[in-house]
Amino acid sequence: MLIYYIELALRSLTRSRGLTALMVLSIGFGVAASMTTFAVFRAVSGNPLPEKSAQLFTPQIDNLGPQSGKAKDDLPDALTYTDAMALMQAHQASRQTAIYPVGYTMIPDEVTRMPFGVNGYAAYADFFPMFNVPFRYGGGWSNVDDTRRANVIVISALLNKKLFDGSNSVGRTLNLDGHVYRVSGVLGDWNPQPRFYDVNNGNGFTEAPQFFLPFTRAVDLQTDTAGGNNCPAPPPPGWEGWLHSPCVWVSFWTELPDTAAQQRYRQFLTGYASEQQRIGRFNWPANVRLHDLMQWLDHEHVVPPETRVSLLVAASFMLVCLVNTIGLLLAKIMRRSGEIGVRRALGASRGEIYGQFMIEAALVGVAGGVLGLLLTALGVVGVGLVFAPDIARLAAVNASLVGLTLLVAVVATVVAAFYPAWRAAHVQPAWQLKCN
Amino acid sequence: MQIKPILASLRWHKAGTVLIALQIALTLAVVCNALFIVQQRVVRLLRPSGVEESSLLVIQNQWAGKPATPQLPALLAADLDTLRHVPGVADVYSSNSYPLSSTSGWSMGVRYTRDQKTPTTPSAIYFADQHALSTMGLKLLAGRNFRADEIADLDGRATLAPSVVMVTWALAEKLFPNDQAVGKRLCIGNAGPSTIIGVVERMQTFSGSFADAWVERSTLVPYRLLSGISIYVIRTRPGQLNEVMRAAPAALFAANRLRSIDAKTGVQTFAEIRATAYKTDSGVAILMAVICVLLLAVTAAGIIGLTSFWVSQRRRQIGVRRALGATRSDILNYFLTENLLISLGGVILGTLLAIGLNAVMISQFEMARLSFGYVVIGVLALLLLGQAAVLAPALRASRVSPVEATRSV
Repeated sequence: MLIYYIELALRSLTRSRGLTALMVLSIGFGVAASMTTFAVFRAVSGNPLPEKSAQLFTPQIDNLGPQSGKAKDDLPDALTYTDAMALMQAHQASRQTAIYPVGYTMIPDEVTRMPFGVNGYAAYADFFPMFNVPFRYGGGWSNVDDTRRANVIVISALLNKKLFDGSNSVGRTLNLDGHVYRVSGVLGDWNPQPRFYDVNNGNGFTEAPQFFLPFTRAVDLQTDTAGGNNCPAPPPPGWEGWLHSPCVWVSFWTELPDTAAQQRYRQFLTGYASEQQRIGRFNWPANVRLHDLMQWLDHEHVVPPETRVSLLVAASFMLVCLVNTIGLLLAKIMRRSGEIGVRRALGASRGEIYGQFMIEAALVGVAGGVLGLLLTALGVVGVGLVFAPDIARLAAVNASLVGLTLLVAVVATVVAAFYPAWRAAHVQPAWQLKCN
Repeated sequence: MQIKPILASLRWHKAGTVLIALQIALTLAVVCNALFIVQQRVVRLLRPSGVEESSLLVIQNQWAGKPATPQLPALLAADLDTLRHVPGVADVYSSNSYPLSSTSGWSMGVRYTRDQKTPTTPSAIYFADQHALSTMGLKLLAGRNFRADEIADLDGRATLAPSVVMVTWALAEKLFPNDQAVGKRLCIGNAGPSTIIGVVERMQTFSGSFADAWVERSTLVPYRLLSGISIYVIRTRPGQLNEVMRAAPAALFAANRLRSIDAKTGVQTFAEIRATAYKTDSGVAILMAVICVLLLAVTAAGIIGLTSFWVSQRRRQIGVRRALGATRSDILNYFLTENLLISLGGVILGTLLAIGLNAVMISQFEMARLSFGYVVIGVLALLLLGQAAVLAPALRASRVSPVEATRSV
């Protein structure tokens, strides 16, 4: 019976080619527009570390107070050096790290090679186990290296390729601005997107960092932050003046495995801020926050508003295409009232008529889906025009997108067919036979 | 043309009528808002930067080996001298940032007095020397340029406290509306007062949506920035942009190779800087425009499809009308008017939807309120589109011969 319906559907679809083409085009374009924007949206709003995001938390501490003229909820996006160091020393979470972006000039050993700029992060040893960072060779440095302010460095696979031709470079040395570092590990393929640990510097979707070195070492070398530095007032002169100023520039992450630990850390933060009030550093009651990874991405508006707007517009576009398809299917089906009347008169039940037209719609859906798939592939290529290359790069056609595109196309067309098929099933056989 | 019989016949195919009207309504809602987004982006794109873009180059240089701060003034002076001697270079200066920059930017609150609690406005801070105006081609509206003896060196972390500054007209107008700004004083951040010595016509801030609210409020301060990264803005002689683009970094490396200039972003023309700064804006505008065109096409296709069906369904009735004396233009008018009535229903509903969709966008995405002009344009466009789409099937209907009345289908 199914084969017979498919045969009937194909015959009817080829009979009115114009209408069929219009329907397929309509579904194809609608699906392609929605899927293209969805691909981008999925790329930028995804969870960068699904297996661990619920255990990673970043604190905010109000170090400016109500007189800063900001809303109560608008706390600084980063910590001051003073607060970050206090939290590091308190060691209240199972793992914790302060982080800031740094840039140096790499000076190659061979005199013939030109120096080149490299970008990376200064962090603590906990960074690597905490964020499940994969290593190709070696590993991160130890907590002892942090306290010893050691000259150790972790480099990216790409930098390893450039400097050491991709060989195991653990134990070898490299020169950054005249300081020699020992390579302790080479990263595997690791560039979580969005880069949750540095979104406040606008680095949500940039290329992977090239190295990591101990925070303590970077501070010893008086390395300025390569990211944002937000000062409520000009800091006192000199490096020490800046370090102990109320300028915020340090990101801070903690690993808190369970609710009890999270509760304890919240209390600790409040306690810390109250203590600062007691010793006279803050002139206001404790005002602290603790966000988990996904809350933090949301708080920092990591998903560009353009993506959300285009998702909404694309959804509306899909809706128009759906309404269009309902109209065209209706026209197509009602044109065949006579034929339906005959079939009904010869004993076809309403259910059978229903089934026949649903199958016809599903075929249109499959055709529209295939067209939509081609257009989506084109659209994803065209996304390079719409969004900065760093975001466009993330949107790619993969198996799940292909499946989803076809599914959306078929489901949408079948949904659109409900009303026309219902109308067809209710054609009065007697009336049709009489007037024709 | 009689409307009553049309309405009566529409009652016979309610579903089709409602679907066309609904489609027109949805299309109107999306097209109005999309066009509005396009217009807002285009306005941003067309904002003049105030500088002579066609002949400017920007070089971003990073010193290798982290030279100590006291060494930097000599290194900077040597580089500027090297660049000045590159054939095709008209002028050059070093700064901390430049208009439309997406990589670096300084902003500070500007106050009338030091103890004023909240700043009057944020302002972009551009480091400049006596060559800045001529390099960028900025027009001095009032007052004078910096003198060579006013330019000081400033360590990146030191407090900014210039005795003299130049401001843009937009900043002057914000601080001293309808008044002469030259000679007045302002405070940058919490520093002591600086005297305004000149007003330049226009100089945009760096890119980034946060700077949109104060887009032309910039301050030029008489400093050379001492930092590991220095930015050189170069004015080239007419037609020599490409030559200088190749020759300038080569000359810098020849003079001193302890530096790195990024292969991709180290040397940029202003056209590239502008394209990067407005990448998202132009992209969104293109995306929305494409969606508008596709939507209108889909809607037109839908109208053609349904009307063709109606025409073929009613061939006999048309034949009867023709036999009873209706002219071809009567039949044509019938279908045009029918479509106009349905479209009118659609655009009325669509106007409400457009305003609703805009309200959602305002609350969710901080969009501006849709101006009524867009709705009017959208309504007219859709009414015209409906008439154009219905024309072909209606013409076919008008050619139905009266003989059809006597034939059975």
